[in-house]
Amino acid sequence: MQKTGTMPIASLDTAAKRWVLSVQEYALLTGRALVNIFRRPFYWSDIVMQADLIGIGSLPIVILTGFFTGGVLALNSASTLAQFGATAVTGQLVSLAMVKELGPVLTSLMVSGRNASGMASELGSMVVTEQIDAMRALGTDPLKKLVMPRIVSTIVMLFFLSIVSDAVGILGGAFVSAAMLGQNSSQYFHTAYQSLVFSDVLEGLMKPIAFGFIISTIGCFFGMNTHGGTQGVGRSTTQAVVYASIIIIATDFFITQVFITAFGR
Amino acid sequence: MTTATQPQPALHDTSREPVVIFDHVTIDFDGKPVLNDISFRVHRGENRIILGPAGVGKSVLLKLANGLLKPDSGKITLFGNDIVHMKQRDLFSLRASVGTVFQEGALFDSLTVRDNVGYRLAEEHIPEEEIERRVSEALRFVELEHTLDKFPSELSGGMRRRVAIARAIVTNPDLLLYDSPTGGLDPITSTTIIELVLKQRDAYHTTSLLVTHRLQDAFMLATHRYSHECKCIEPLPKGETEPNTTFLVLHEGKIVFDGSTHDLVHSKDPFIREYLR
Repeated sequence: MQKTGTMPIASLDTAAKRWVLSVQEYALLTGRALVNIFRRPFYWSDIVMQADLIGIGSLPIVILTGFFTGGVLALNSASTLAQFGATAVTGQLVSLAMVKELGPVLTSLMVSGRNASGMASELGSMVVTEQIDAMRALGTDPLKKLVMPRIVSTIVMLFFLSIVSDAVGILGGAFVSAAMLGQNSSQYFHTAYQSLVFSDVLEGLMKPIAFGFIISTIGCFFGMNTHGGTQGVGRSTTQAVVYASIIIIATDFFITQVFITAFGR
Repeated sequence: MTTATQPQPALHDTSREPVVIFDHVTIDFDGKPVLNDISFRVHRGENRIILGPAGVGKSVLLKLANGLLKPDSGKITLFGNDIVHMKQRDLFSLRASVGTVFQEGALFDSLTVRDNVGYRLAEEHIPEEEIERRVSEALRFVELEHTLDKFPSELSGGMRRRVAIARAIVTNPDLLLYDSPTGGLDPITSTTIIELVLKQRDAYHTTSLLVTHRLQDAFMLATHRYSHECKCIEPLPKGETEPNTTFLVLHEGKIVFDGSTHDLVHSKDPFIREYLR
């Protein structure tokens, strides 16, 4: 009786310790990788290569996602706004939603699915085939050579990808409003532009920086902590996408709350 | 602008002291002891062969020797430096003097053979022409000059192991660590790899630690030499063994033998007698 009673507590204890250890390892990996930004050698070519893979490589999916999201926002909001005779503010609704929320969040989720998994599987494969150990044995710090360039390039490229997504989303909304709903396109763009204030744009630009950091550090963390051969690589890849997506959405909530508190909208 | 830098020298004057010292080293994984109170020394020019059954901690010992793992207790000295308490940054510099051949080669699969072998040199910003010359020289040593532009996936298991040896020796290291260089290879390819290890030992007199569970490899190293005259591997006269080749036998995480080839084959220890049979 006593044995069955203590078992769950013991396993809870072990799970809690493991979780705390993981958080500690994540913080250490992130901290070391960030400190490496200011230490030589600086791997410029690796940063550019990763920026190309993450940024240019993700461009098609970001454009497609942004365009159709803007379009569907216009479709849905126009049908609701029509009930109140307010279809003129469709542009305002689409631009605010895209710039503040959907642009950064959807772009980050897309990039997370594509790149957090890519980082976890690539680094995980290197771990299980001892390539990371070989790199360390050859005198190179993998956190500097592999992790730091991925963090820097993801943050920088996600920032620009979000701007692209915002712009394409507003264009998608304009296309639907004008071509399918017969609205005035100049009115659409006018309300879309007029509704945005400094805090909206700032919020829309701050989020991708935070999300880029989350995607790259989570992807690299799970990759660098891969155990258990090819099965372990698969597990790390899945975990990286799941954790990155959840943390992005949770962080989005807190950033939005901070901006509402600070700027009142 | 790039600046040519030479490999970092060992931090202390180490000409007289042993290259590697393990002093009461213990390491556990998930509470299970893997190596328990390990103490031994490797002197300059010595070739230590670490024998033992699979899973006894031989590879762990090698990873401890170049600081890839930290022990739970004990002291490890490499070229006179305490690597247990050394900063990671200093360890990276110190490893410039160590060449490591991993169990499966551990070549970077996204880089060509040329880039794999020249990786360390490129990291040191050595001029391109110099890298090209030294990479070619190292690949000529392992007789794989023609594979420069191939990727590791295009090579056989034995060829990958030979490229790994070329990568380890390209910087002329003071210490070579071989982690089961013949593991998983057929007997003919294994012999080719061991001949390369022999050639490296006798041509450059590099101190080495070699892990293996194949007795035939270990005894070939102890009873053969590389002849500079015929540029071939030849057996030592009957009854003679290579004096600088010594053995360390591990069993259940402990050292059960530390000595010469002669002492090993005449050991009365029941485990060793059983192991050698």
